[in-house]
Amino acid sequence: MAKTFNLKVFIINLLAVIFIFIAIKILIGSGALSRYLISIMIFICVNIILATSLNLATGFLGQLALGHAGFMAIGAYTSALTAIYLRSTYNLSGTLLLLASLVAAGLFAGIIGVLIGIPALRLRGDYLAIITLGFGEVIRVFINNIGFTGGAKGLTGIPRITTIDNAYWVMVLTVAILYTLTSSRQGRAIISIREDEIAAEAVGIQTTRYKVMGFAIAAFFAGIGGGLYAHFIAFLDPNTFNFMRSVEILVIVVLGGMGSLTGSVVSAIVLTILPEALRDFAIYRLLIYSGLLVAMMIFRPQGIFGTKEFSLVQFFKTLRHNPIVTPRKKVKESD
Amino acid sequence: MALLETKGIGMQFGGLKAVDQFEIQVDENELVGLIGPNGAGKTTIFNMLTGVYKPTEGDITLNGISIVGKKPYQIVNMGAARTFQNIRLFKDLSVIDNIKIAYHNEMSYTTVEGIFRLKRYWTQEKKAHQESLDFLKIFSMEDYADILAKNLPYGKQRKLEIARALATKPKILLLDEPAAGMNPHETRELMETIHFIRDKFEIAILLIEHDMSLVMGICERIVVVDYGKIIASGTPDSIKKNPDVIRVYLGE
Repeated sequence: MAKTFNLKVFIINLLAVIFIFIAIKILIGSGALSRYLISIMIFICVNIILATSLNLATGFLGQLALGHAGFMAIGAYTSALTAIYLRSTYNLSGTLLLLASLVAAGLFAGIIGVLIGIPALRLRGDYLAIITLGFGEVIRVFINNIGFTGGAKGLTGIPRITTIDNAYWVMVLTVAILYTLTSSRQGRAIISIREDEIAAEAVGIQTTRYKVMGFAIAAFFAGIGGGLYAHFIAFLDPNTFNFMRSVEILVIVVLGGMGSLTGSVVSAIVLTILPEALRDFAIYRLLIYSGLLVAMMIFRPQGIFGTKEFSLVQFFKTLRHNPIVTPRKKVKESD
Repeated sequence: MALLETKGIGMQFGGLKAVDQFEIQVDENELVGLIGPNGAGKTTIFNMLTGVYKPTEGDITLNGISIVGKKPYQIVNMGAARTFQNIRLFKDLSVIDNIKIAYHNEMSYTTVEGIFRLKRYWTQEKKAHQESLDFLKIFSMEDYADILAKNLPYGKQRKLEIARALATKPKILLLDEPAAGMNPHETRELMETIHFIRDKFEIAILLIEHDMSLVMGICERIVVVDYGKIIASGTPDSIKKNPDVIRVYLGE
């Protein structure tokens, strides 16, 4: 791993991201994608944001958190209420309104993440899972019972400003930020806590600080994911942010590989499309879905990617050394 | 003034007094051994010195500053690094990343600078990478830089753990049974490593050990504890002849 700035790698990745975006735009423009398919793509973006952010807490930091839907709910409601307020008072609209609302959502979820994280992260493993699970439920019940969130009736009148364009770029930015974070010294400190907390402290890492930081950043992006969701659905029901929602996000992370952001991305795509694709099988849908997960846990318990990241540059290199693509060259072992 | 000094420290676990009135002084660049039978309280002493336990009585000073009540990471940053009895590496990370994590406090760029890859990120990361490589070179482990720590042979894992502790730039290194589980060949290699690092880095070393050949071979001064109390202290030769030590180890 070279640690100098590699312009080539940066440009290749940037081009790939732009290329995918243009491809999506062309498909939409030509009418090949129905409104239904576009909505699935937006859900994919939301799920990628939620899964990669949970991966920071669970995969990189190594703390099993089961309350991610709670942070998503905080973000969704904060974003929705901020947008309603900003639109009526300052007459904001479109991307600017979305950005302002998402920032508010992320910050508020992040602050709650710090407040929950400081006491909760003193616990480990099962106990942390239980306390975060409890937190998620508390949030849901709380929203259900207060006035300005619309309570159990749900929150209506939310500006519908999430489009595939802005959802895509927010998703790209989230994944990019999480990636650069995990490869910085702070990210290494976070990973060292997963590997061995006692050893991390013995080489001078402020473990408590980095645990709370990792947890809060995960909450921040969960809030942003929730915000995108709110502005797409335009109606919020507190019961969508129940325990099962947290588990769904966790399943995406585990399937993709704990500690692999690209794994979470691939897995979020697969696990968002799969339930939709299986709609034809109606009652067998959940059976197939869970069967797949069981098979996965038996044959590849570390997830699709394990802790490795997919690298486009590395992929091209492997391809070039592949005897089928370029014969007469030595085969290079790929990961 | 001694580099590391304890004044009558004691540790009480409920009704059990694991360590009582323990006093030790380690001077700069000194190599001191701490021995004693199983359950004598050696590791408890280590845990007090490194901040894992807070002594129930007495005081510990490092360079004249009290470290009682400080957190382990603060004590590391004050200049006392340690290794563990059962090796604790970051197993699923590469050898060089293990060292780089210990360089954490050498770098000073902020989270925002790290995320957006600003200038300080590049200069400091580049420097840390080079220094980590140089560090591995000192221990002739540069060829292992990119393999996972868990895939190293046992002796090399121990070496890496010591190298990682040294990467925090300590003034004193505390080694908890470095030769545990090693064969005679690996133990000899370890003795050379310990000698080498003391001369190369000019630091003090305090080590707990069961392997008598190692302790007698390299330590300048040995402290013997039993039931949490010091029973003898002196040069290896005087310890070998000390009747109390013989009694403790061989029985009467």
